[in-house]
Amino acid sequence: MNGMRRIYKHLFLVFLVFCIAQKLISANEPVINKNEQSSHQTEEKFNPGEFIFDHINDSYSWHILSFKNFELAIPLPVILYSKHTGWHIFMSSKFHHGHSSYQGFEIAKDGQNKGKVIEIFENGSTIVPFDISITKNVFALLISLALLLWIFLSIAKKYKQNPQKAPSGLQSLLEPLILFVRDDIARPSLGDHKYEKYMPYLLTVFFFIWFNNMLGIFPTFPGGANLTGNIAITMTLALCTFIITLINGNKNYWVHIVNAPGVPWWLKIPIPLIPIIEIMGLFIKPFVLMVRLFANMLAGHIIALGFFSLIFIFGAMNALLGSSVSIFSVAFAIFMTMLELLVAFIQAYVFTLLSAIYFGMATEEAHH
Amino acid sequence: MSTLLIILQAVANNAIGIMGAGIGAGLAVIGAGIGIGRIGASAMDAIARQPEAVGDIRSNMIVIAALVEGAAFFAIVVCFLVIIFLKPA
Repeated sequence: MNGMRRIYKHLFLVFLVFCIAQKLISANEPVINKNEQSSHQTEEKFNPGEFIFDHINDSYSWHILSFKNFELAIPLPVILYSKHTGWHIFMSSKFHHGHSSYQGFEIAKDGQNKGKVIEIFENGSTIVPFDISITKNVFALLISLALLLWIFLSIAKKYKQNPQKAPSGLQSLLEPLILFVRDDIARPSLGDHKYEKYMPYLLTVFFFIWFNNMLGIFPTFPGGANLTGNIAITMTLALCTFIITLINGNKNYWVHIVNAPGVPWWLKIPIPLIPIIEIMGLFIKPFVLMVRLFANMLAGHIIALGFFSLIFIFGAMNALLGSSVSIFSVAFAIFMTMLELLVAFIQAYVFTLLSAIYFGMATEEAHH
Repeated sequence: MSTLLIILQAVANNAIGIMGAGIGAGLAVIGAGIGIGRIGASAMDAIARQPEAVGDIRSNMIVIAALVEGAAFFAIVVCFLVIIFLKPA
């Protein structure tokens, strides 16, 4: 067994030296390389920024793969309302991947509205119509919604039918997590008497964020849509937490914000410093929730995509260099994906925990 | 020193802004690294003192690390916005 390991180690070292030697040799032939690169440029030059942004941004069709000139993409419905011509509903395949216009609409290629549908009038001016299309992110949202409903409705049905039976199947997979949310997130923050009211929201938020984070790591359809890395989604989640905190704030909570007991009077009159700071805190806490989830997910996706683009950047210089870099690049990308799986769970946990803590603070009774 | 300032004025355009954004992101990560390192160090000390509290300490450590990282991510998002919205003149 030891003999085999030594052979592999020697083979690996020889391969490494071979790659480095090849790179050094080919560095002395700049003319030939330049010709290769210019012919490369007339076909397609790999643009890493564009590659990364295409995978992160929303789009009107779900791109699955493209091979030379053949592109496989799922067209999605485009639903527009224009003040001049009324409702328009059509499939995004009419745009032919952004190259043609249809019924006076086309996808803007640059400028302020890059990537969005704009309406073009005869005199050349453009305007953005009211757009409620089913884009890639909306479709991914519907897919994760269907997944969540299917899983949890079937678990609930099993519990309702036979409450005394030991859990099995999907139940036994998710029961530890549901109990984790109840015993480690809801009960410590909210107290044993009040936590039940908030359990539906906390469970929903936890599993929604976790499932969508995991689906974002998945490379292809039905995953691979950067949903939680979209600030509109995280803003909506943070807004839900904010609204529930406001609605459930009891008198003690508001008194603490406006007229905190134990604070000297000269911090409240003439300039109400402490109330201003407390009200800013009221808005900053959900804002931070939003940015934390958004930035974590976006950064994870950009890093993983960046490692993969390294292969293509080096491959454009020299094919052998590209293949040798690909070993390390794939190894790093695997490591980053493992880290992203962990971060997916941690971000869901932290969002839910902080929401529970805010609800707890809003419903806290005064202690004397 | 004055020559440096004259040269700096001559080349002052959006490129310096983009470089500033890059430097800002790096500084933000230094802060996050130091903060999370300290959290890890105290967590190790606490676990060494009382090994049966490992579960509690671990969950608190992760929560606080996420909060500190949130602060660093603010700076990163701002730098990212600067790079996106600043057109090289």
